[in-house]
Amino acid sequence: MDDDDRIFKALADPTRRYLLDRLFERDGRTLTELESELEMTRFGVMKHLRVLEDAGLVVTRREGREKLHHLNPVPIRLVHDRWIDKYTEHRVAALVNLKNELEETA
Amino acid sequence: MSTMTETGTMHVYEVFIKAPRETVWDALTSPAWATKYGYQCPLEIDLRPGGSYKQLPSDGMKAGGWQGDVVVSGDVLQVEKPSKLVQTFQSHFGGEVDAEGPTRVTFELSEYGPGVTKLRVLHEVENAPLTLVMVTSSEPGMGGGWSWILNDLKSVVETGATLAG
Repeated sequence: MDDDDRIFKALADPTRRYLLDRLFERDGRTLTELESELEMTRFGVMKHLRVLEDAGLVVTRREGREKLHHLNPVPIRLVHDRWIDKYTEHRVAALVNLKNELEETA
Repeated sequence: MSTMTETGTMHVYEVFIKAPRETVWDALTSPAWATKYGYQCPLEIDLRPGGSYKQLPSDGMKAGGWQGDVVVSGDVLQVEKPSKLVQTFQSHFGGEVDAEGPTRVTFELSEYGPGVTKLRVLHEVENAPLTLVMVTSSEPGMGGGWSWILNDLKSVVETGATLAG
């Protein structure tokens, strides 16, 4: 399986998308926190997190005694750029527009 | 050191790059590389603890009507070549996002395998929700933020070609 296969496979499951949504809402969560939001065994949640980690969509880091799970948006962006938005987005224009909008609302 | 205590304010971006850490380090820190990927902003940097950096508007941004001399600036806090770089990040986009003040960015480069670098960017955005929206590009049409920068850095380091068509 290549990287894209792993990403699409990881995203193909509703539980895993739900976990990503929870991390998007608030990043840096423990397994216990994530588990509390799902009707699923701890082992089941761990298995799904493992698939997400293998795809690079979730990364972990330690803070004290806790292992925190973070959403890593980089691979999704790569898929987006490669498959969805390759010819439509103009990044320089996007930045300039953003600045103009920010200044107008300031 | 980090004083972060609450979860949810540290955001992590990770990418694997088929190149030695020294190459990735150079791509992150040298003015010669800076204009080759991402937003291609010219970089001025004094790469030592207590130094500072500025990202200047690219030609394309100026041609598109960018007003102002600086895009992003910050202080260089920690330099451990080629494994760790800590900087602050101050927006100069204008408006409320600038007023949030500087946030803290840590680059961690680790050797994942022979000739493969794991690059992790940790952006601590406590009390800086607009900065977070900007660097994650979580609104449509914002250009991609860290994800775009890191994917394009990967592409340029590995293949010599930017993803921007």
